[in-house]
Amino acid sequence: MPRYYTDEHEWIDVEDDIATVGITEYAQEQLGDIVFVELPEVGAMIEQGKDAAVVESVKAASDVYAPITGEVTETNSALEEDPALVNSSPEDAGWFFKMTIAAPAELDKLMDEDGYKAFVEDL
Amino acid sequence: MPFEKGAKAPKEQPPRKLSGHRTARLCDTLESVSGTSPEATEGEAGRAQAGLPKLSGHPTEGAVLGECLGALPDCRILPGIFRVSDHDTDDHLEDIALEPLPLDAWHRAKGARMVPFAGYEMPIQYAGPFGGIVAEHNWTRESAGLFDVSHMGQLVLSGPDLDAAVEARLPIDLSTLKLGQQRYSLLLDEEGGVLDDLMVSRWPEALYLVVNGATKWDDMGTLREALPDDITMNYLDERALLALQGPKAADALARHAKGEYPLSALTFMKFGLFKLAGHEVTIARAGYTGEDGFEISLASEAAAEIADLLCGEPEVKPIGLGARDSLRLEAGLPLYGHDLSPETSPIEAGLIFGINKRRRTEGGFPGADRIIREIAEGTQRKWVGLKIEGRLPAREGADVFSGADKIGTVTSGGFSPTLQAPIAMAYVASEHAALGTQLEVEVRGKRLAATVSPTPFVPHRYYRGS
Repeated sequence: MPRYYTDEHEWIDVEDDIATVGITEYAQEQLGDIVFVELPEVGAMIEQGKDAAVVESVKAASDVYAPITGEVTETNSALEEDPALVNSSPEDAGWFFKMTIAAPAELDKLMDEDGYKAFVEDL
Repeated sequence: MPFEKGAKAPKEQPPRKLSGHRTARLCDTLESVSGTSPEATEGEAGRAQAGLPKLSGHPTEGAVLGECLGALPDCRILPGIFRVSDHDTDDHLEDIALEPLPLDAWHRAKGARMVPFAGYEMPIQYAGPFGGIVAEHNWTRESAGLFDVSHMGQLVLSGPDLDAAVEARLPIDLSTLKLGQQRYSLLLDEEGGVLDDLMVSRWPEALYLVVNGATKWDDMGTLREALPDDITMNYLDERALLALQGPKAADALARHAKGEYPLSALTFMKFGLFKLAGHEVTIARAGYTGEDGFEISLASEAAAEIADLLCGEPEVKPIGLGARDSLRLEAGLPLYGHDLSPETSPIEAGLIFGINKRRRTEGGFPGADRIIREIAEGTQRKWVGLKIEGRLPAREGADVFSGADKIGTVTSGGFSPTLQAPIAMAYVASEHAALGTQLEVEVRGKRLAATVSPTPFVPHRYYRGS
């Protein structure tokens, strides 16, 4: 299953016609202790590059943008009880939401793992 | 994801009203870190000062401390002094490029993430298994944390009729400030707005002030302009300032502090002269976390050695600005530039203890008319603590509602690691300020239930003697 990355530090896994979205290890480390995650409503239409979720760390609130356009189909309810999952398992158990893929061509503009790794090293 | 968005980083310090004096430009690089700061602000300072406890086993603390302080070198010949003259404040300060703080390399070697703060690069948090804001916060509450607060301004005032000159500028009663005592005070503008909050300590023949880092250049200008020419103001720009805070701070520091009396003779808001690893330091029992703790002023060149010495104790770890902010918020202590500004009066902020009793009737300081009126008549709004339901923090700038009416604004807010819940401080209309009042705070269009709550949110644990 291919994984893509954005330059806003989101990752996106594509399986068939559904994508799973979260934030990267680098992002969680920069944010520090996460105390709250505000997720979109299931059924919401979100647009590539626009606000999709908000992560609250002890020190600040940060937007998470939609990596692609589509409809939210599921959110990770485990984050309500345990937002720190984003710190402990950002690229696995700490996923944010699943969504449809309205425009598959949008994926082409995203980075692959090596591309993202190089991007982070340059920061 | 842009880091640090909603928590609008600290507002720039508001412009000063300094007639006939240009404002130094170096002051306000408060950026990116959700507010953390500086100030040894001490809520209980004023309350504590009325009846000064005697130290058992010692004559009076004044005598003991005075003896010790007699050994302090004349401040005018302390090394590393930058004397502030009128000429300096008019022109010279504008051109000073800020050097890195003395522990800059030390922090980086510990894996600190450095952020711009008060014109310097400062550690917001450290790396490693004990690093991170929550871990550092909890460590300080349970053990002891070492904070570098060298960005703060350390000033020494001396000269003829010093007390009268200073009382004309600060609402402090210096007749009750004895040698070896420290007290919280306020620098007010002519309208009674807060230009800064600060600590004042009595040295032999001098007063020692600790002011906020982001405001220190303006403060020097304000003070220099207000004080007579024969009062000397020295800026101790080659002194570092370290804070050791937490329930085990005294154990760790007592192993190294050598003085004419034991460290335990220092109670809250007292200070004295000690030696650490052979270096002469002043130690005040005070801080900005609500815990027992100390603030250590020392020569910059000794700072790394002393920081290593203290962090070599099993109780002590270095703590960044991030935890400093969450600790002071839990302790209900205001942060200048956020909770206090020229737009707020100390009476609104509940800082009446910063206006010493005699001055409340006598006046004779900038803003006295308004302060005295507000003491008598009350204020339209008050600074209160809010406990917020759920887990979503409300940050600085969030609106506070009672029903449909907007009745206030959050000035500091975040998630309390100790309480595991969001807490905030806000100015609200006085009719909604009673403890237990149910209000709402709006965050991104959502209304969160909030209750006006007593502060500190986490009880202070100052050492007032055994």
